[in-house]
Amino acid sequence: MRREPPRSLADYAPLAFPAIMLLVFFVIPFSTMIAVSFFRRDPAGFYSRDFIFDNYERFLSAFFGGVLGFSIMLAVIVAVVCVIIAFPFTWLLAQASRRVQIVWLVVILSILSLSEVIIGFAWTTLFSRTAGITNIFVWMGLMSEAQALSPNFGAVLTGMVYQALPYTVLVLYPAIVRLDPTLMEAARTLGSSPLRAFFNVVVPAMRSTIVATLIMVFVFALGSYLLPQMLGRPQHWTLSVLITDQAIYQSNMPFAAAMAVFLVLMSLAFVGLTLLVGARKGGEA
Amino acid sequence: MSQVGLRRIIFTLVALFLAGPLVVVAGVSVNEKQSLTFPPQGFSLNWYYQIFADDGWRAALINSVTLAAASAAIAVLMALPLSWFLWRRIAPWANIFRLLGVAPFILPPVITALGFLTFWATVGAYGQAWTAAISHAIFFITLPLVTLSLGFASIDRSLVEAAATMGGNDRTILRTVVLPLILPYLISGFAFAFVLSLNEYIIAYMTVGFTMETLPIKIFNALRYGYTPIMASVSVFFVLLAAIIFGLIARFGDLPKLLGALSGGGK
Repeated sequence: MRREPPRSLADYAPLAFPAIMLLVFFVIPFSTMIAVSFFRRDPAGFYSRDFIFDNYERFLSAFFGGVLGFSIMLAVIVAVVCVIIAFPFTWLLAQASRRVQIVWLVVILSILSLSEVIIGFAWTTLFSRTAGITNIFVWMGLMSEAQALSPNFGAVLTGMVYQALPYTVLVLYPAIVRLDPTLMEAARTLGSSPLRAFFNVVVPAMRSTIVATLIMVFVFALGSYLLPQMLGRPQHWTLSVLITDQAIYQSNMPFAAAMAVFLVLMSLAFVGLTLLVGARKGGEA
Repeated sequence: MSQVGLRRIIFTLVALFLAGPLVVVAGVSVNEKQSLTFPPQGFSLNWYYQIFADDGWRAALINSVTLAAASAAIAVLMALPLSWFLWRRIAPWANIFRLLGVAPFILPPVITALGFLTFWATVGAYGQAWTAAISHAIFFITLPLVTLSLGFASIDRSLVEAAATMGGNDRTILRTVVLPLILPYLISGFAFAFVLSLNEYIIAYMTVGFTMETLPIKIFNALRYGYTPIMASVSVFFVLLAAIIFGLIARFGDLPKLLGALSGGGK
């Protein structure tokens, strides 16, 4: 059966349910959120209808600027660390046998699907004084007594790298699997060591993939909301934490919505960048 | 250094990093007493039994499983006709719905969560259990959408053409040829959505956080009041559940191929 354009109204019928659901429960909530970002806060209820820019003006404060700067810095560091670890790992994984690949993919998917609550809980346990990794160091004679390793910035960073690393591997995996193996062979035949061939041939060939992955992991890390709370101190809170805090605990939905709109615009800008990088890659090929 | 040696070292380091926290959690989950100590003192599986015996935790488990099953089912019910339509018809503008289906997955989840919170509060349904099921279904429709699109793309069109020549109409062909061929993709799409919904926190919290406890919400709430080893045993239980489900997908499907398509669709 050939693909054909829909002719009668009945041909459109299958589209009805998904289209209505997506419009009603995604497009409308999204638009509601944008509308609410211009509303006035109502301490008694959720909000009152209005059209003001106050919620956006609050961005101009030093506090907000600090949180924004910290969120971006944290997400950038997480993205860079993840790609540095994941790239060589995924490249080696792509050369392993199919069996080994599948076992690793199952492990990585299982960790990727783990709730942020569970990741946060697991790392607070690992970093705790009574059950943490320092007990093992004490036992090995490396430390004199066990101590707590969280809350601090290093703990937040470790937790977020743990959360984003499986994602990074899965983003890199398809591109690396498709990489032409003869590239490497050619480099080796010409007398280059495996390490040199990796850095001089594989990394440059994958440059645009690496940039696109950095951006995707950056956006992913921007979304982390529980780990900064569970593993850090209030000064380590990110924009996502602040949005939740304003919406739920301060009942200031308009301000939360304004921050969310801002976060959307920022994420979209970065996703747009990814697409641009992808388009240039298509142009090169 | 040889490449095999290098691979062994990097694989070991990554494995240690990924397994570390889970090993500690598994360790504290078998403590005999209610204490947070590692290495564990004594050995007991009591805290695993408590997941099902304790009323609060059992209720949270049932809530989570019901929510995950319902939302994954709704997500598949939306994704199936949509991806079938996109495969069967030439209608480029309909791709806008594919984009809508992928969008919530790319944006930071807190945004989608807040969108649902404002929406359900505005229509006056805030806190109802079914709102969480619909919210999760919209949030996770990406997964069945991507697996099903891949499934449809892998169908040999000459098979369908043969069925049409033999006089099968759309409905018959769909039932006897197309559905059996895409069934594995349908099941894996459901499974992906199910596992992720089971673990999802922020959307569940923002929609029904004050009226219903799912397991992630329960763990987070319990953490505020102090530590109980049930958190550890539940965490291990969830890791194993995810590993079993993904293991089954890998056993009966082509996981490397599925994942190749997943991140392609995520872009």
